[in-house]
Amino acid sequence: MNKLLITFLISVLSNVLISAALNTQASAETIHSERSLYRNILVEEKRGLRCLKFNVKSAKTQQSCMLVDDPQRLVFNYTKMLFASLLVNPNPERILIVGLGGGTMSNSLHQIFPDATITNVEIDPAVIKVARNYFGFFENEKVTSVVQDGRIFVKRAVLKQQKYDWIILDAFNGDYIPEHLMTQEFLQETKALLSDNGVLAANTFSISDLYDVESATYKSVFGDFFNVRNKKNSNRIILTSEKPLPQDSVIAERAKALTTILRPFDVNITEISRYMKSTAIQQDWPKDTRLLTDQYSPANLLNLK
Amino acid sequence: MTNKNNKMQQWQNPLIYLLAFSSGFCIMGIELLGGRILAPFFGSSVHIWGSIITVFMLSLSFGYLAGGKLSTKAASLNRYGLIFIFAGIAILPVAFSSEWLMEAIFLAIEDTRYGSLLASMALFFIPTVILGMISPYSVRLLVTDKNKSGQVAGFLYFVSTLGSALGTIITSFYLVLLFEVNNIITVFSSILILLGLSAMVFNRLNQPTGNSESINSQGATNE
Repeated sequence: MNKLLITFLISVLSNVLISAALNTQASAETIHSERSLYRNILVEEKRGLRCLKFNVKSAKTQQSCMLVDDPQRLVFNYTKMLFASLLVNPNPERILIVGLGGGTMSNSLHQIFPDATITNVEIDPAVIKVARNYFGFFENEKVTSVVQDGRIFVKRAVLKQQKYDWIILDAFNGDYIPEHLMTQEFLQETKALLSDNGVLAANTFSISDLYDVESATYKSVFGDFFNVRNKKNSNRIILTSEKPLPQDSVIAERAKALTTILRPFDVNITEISRYMKSTAIQQDWPKDTRLLTDQYSPANLLNLK
Repeated sequence: MTNKNNKMQQWQNPLIYLLAFSSGFCIMGIELLGGRILAPFFGSSVHIWGSIITVFMLSLSFGYLAGGKLSTKAASLNRYGLIFIFAGIAILPVAFSSEWLMEAIFLAIEDTRYGSLLASMALFFIPTVILGMISPYSVRLLVTDKNKSGQVAGFLYFVSTLGSALGTIITSFYLVLLFEVNNIITVFSSILILLGLSAMVFNRLNQPTGNSESINSQGATNE
């Protein structure tokens, strides 16, 4: 009991420290900066917390963070929330990650599932280089990275009839949304890549109008999905699968089985399971919402409003 | 009769400027939508824009050449209107045949640079060449006095490039927020065809004798 209390206190304390470090990035030390074909890339470090940033001026630009002394610990809530996918499919063998960031997700997943193949797709070769040099991103016979536009990768993978058990769409950030990765057609192509037990997790930052059209578009392709979010964050994880969504009892059982496996990564899966809300129960966008298609996809303009 | 003709005649140059403005508007509107059209098959990297802009510049350059050449023989408002009608028809495949075309190119070519270049060529080369013919042809119809030819050309470029600027901003800021890509393309096409037809009708009303080749001498007397 005592041990538990101490663990709890340590976890609370370190969370406070991380939040403090995240909030006071202004005086952080820049250890690397470069301008790539697509964006400005910055690596900043403060009090042992190293962060990847894509743009300087915006406040919501941290892509990926890592504790230098404890690299396997996941820092961001949204990366932790992605693990809710395992409550839908506990045993992914083929994992596809679109949007690399610092590569922390890839690293963690390789540790948890050493036998799973992990394919990272990233449009910007400079991001892959920075992930390798500053965030310990590694590749081996199981983990690979491909420099390609996510849409093109998915289209070619469909042609090759490839299947994935877990697809993570993490190509969206607060500043810019690749509009061709938001459309109904893209989601249909992605759906074609899901294996029978396959689960799709999209990390998105949509607000207001975009929230509605994004939700309506996902529902039009996948049917009901889980929204995973806690109130602290503006982003949410959209979680969906080919199969009907699992019942609460199944989720609780799987959460129990995953607890110890995910603890080293500071992922409290039981807590995360409470953030999952099925749209079958609560649909918080108007029924007649317009869908995003290849013909109509002003995602960035909709997110301004 | 001559009096009535003269009254009509004074509207000819404004009509030509309006047409040139609209062609500028449509060219840039279509170029901008090009990025949208190619993205599902070739992505949205910077080289996609490289392909699109290259093809537009290349086809405009050929268009200028062809339009200048065409204007040396029997230049008329009637033929000018026909160019618009052809342009309007030539952009319709962008809306209605782009899907299978891009799919075929996507399957044939792995490298998205050359894939997008070829797709841009297939979709935009012909309509943009035809649209490029409009500027030199407009100059031919507008210039009556050698001394003013530079001024006329300058004002024409002003009007058509202003059209391009507005076509770019209105399409990217507002039209994509309201309409589907294919609908916008279809509207551009309809506008071009209607303007072409109106130029031909104007020409017919203006020349009851039916002698369309005399337009230039009439223009001269009008000055």
